[in-house]
Amino acid sequence: MSNDKSASMIEVVDFHKSFGDKKVHQGVSFYVKKGECLGLIGGSGTGKSVLLRSLIGLEKPDQGEIYIQGTGIANMNERQLVEIRRKVAYAFQGGALFDSMTVYENLAYPLREHFKLSEAEIKKQILEQLNEFGLDKSENQFPGSLSGGMQKRVGLARAMMMHPEVVLYDEPTAGLDPYNTKRIQESILKLKAKGVTSILVTHDMPTVYAVCDKVALLGKGRIAEQYTIEKLRQEPSGIMTEFINGETI
Amino acid sequence: MDHIALPFRSFMLEIVRFIGGLGLLTRDILRETFKGRMYWGLLAEQVYQIGMRSLPLVMVTAISTGMVMSLQFGMGLEKFGGKLYIPKLLAVIILREIGPVFTSLMIAARVGAGIASEIGSMVVTQQVDAIRALGTSPIKKIVIPRVLACLITLPILVALGNIVGNLGGLIVGAVELNLDPNFYLLKVMTSSSVQDYLSGFCKAFFFSLFIAIPSCYFGLSVKNGTKEVGIATTNAVVVSSILVLIGDFFLTKLFWIFEKML
Repeated sequence: MSNDKSASMIEVVDFHKSFGDKKVHQGVSFYVKKGECLGLIGGSGTGKSVLLRSLIGLEKPDQGEIYIQGTGIANMNERQLVEIRRKVAYAFQGGALFDSMTVYENLAYPLREHFKLSEAEIKKQILEQLNEFGLDKSENQFPGSLSGGMQKRVGLARAMMMHPEVVLYDEPTAGLDPYNTKRIQESILKLKAKGVTSILVTHDMPTVYAVCDKVALLGKGRIAEQYTIEKLRQEPSGIMTEFINGETI
Repeated sequence: MDHIALPFRSFMLEIVRFIGGLGLLTRDILRETFKGRMYWGLLAEQVYQIGMRSLPLVMVTAISTGMVMSLQFGMGLEKFGGKLYIPKLLAVIILREIGPVFTSLMIAARVGAGIASEIGSMVVTQQVDAIRALGTSPIKKIVIPRVLACLITLPILVALGNIVGNLGGLIVGAVELNLDPNFYLLKVMTSSSVQDYLSGFCKAFFFSLFIAIPSCYFGLSVKNGTKEVGIATTNAVVVSSILVLIGDFFLTKLFWIFEKML
């Protein structure tokens, strides 16, 4: 890991990934400091979700390394990744809730798996979390009976149950109405205020402007451009601006 | 030549991939079954889903098979005055072959399809990824309860199927072939040996693995979309059924060698 980035929470170095003949990533490198929020944007099929999945070991890079708090995870096996996955939470695009379990059981799942807590303590934490995410009185509902926005928020609430240091958001506002988008943005900002580091894969630029500190454009298998949000607001130019304005993919 | 060679090569590659994948999954199952916590609640749920809910299907299959076989043997042996041998013949055939094989084929169709489609749907909706992302193992949470439930329930279902199959034979024997029910029952009890029971029981044990592990494998192999769930479900039923039928021959041969040695 390079010394000048020693404060980074996440560092991706020369990341390569192919699926068959299709080279999706050809040397992606970036880093995110503790407490920062990076917005990762790019056209469809540029491998944003694949990159995000790799950060938690759900995909293995063909070449390159991923550091989480200075620990390389590229060659870790499933057992070694458990410790990383306790620190790094993944908020899936569709929530990925267990459809055979109620909202309560979905949220209880990580607590029962990783902590030795009494049922009373688990219940207390779940009710607090549901309240935090504006999901009061939904604990006995099954995922199938929830709206898309609520499913995403339950997914986010479940990912937060282990109090992670890093959260990876995969298109958290995709397909949501403005009200639910706002609720998700508020949840992300609340976590950011607590010092949680995050990476946000999205096409939703208002959300990027609302919650991110910097934004990177993924294109042609690499990080094509990267700006702080302030710089992007002050000096809109280059490929990223063209992408945001829909002039290029 | 290419139009023949290429499909053949891709078919052979599929088989090699299947054998390799099955080997790796079996290794993971063995490794994780004896390590860490056991999900008894999930196991109990699967025992209910696989065992209890398959019971009516197995019972209907067993009784109708027993009745048909009794009738067929009766029609065939009546000409030679061999009706009295029906209970003995039927008992041995049901205990050794028909009971375990037919029950397993029914379970392969009902449970194999259920396992593959359920796991496949979980893969498509990213629930399997969520299990991994939350620092837990899909093998422990999904695969092991299903494999163990099959191991527990199939021998029990086979045993119940054997009883009901013989009962079906007895009913036809008494009603259609005019055999004394007490004689029939006595013959079934006295002519079946411990080896007959053990042979069927051991087959059920292996058949449960032939059904559960490939079905889980096909479910977990789903990559994208619901279309693949359908393909995985079909593959699970076809492959499990073929493994049961081919495995039956080799297991019969193996038990035959053992019995000769004893």
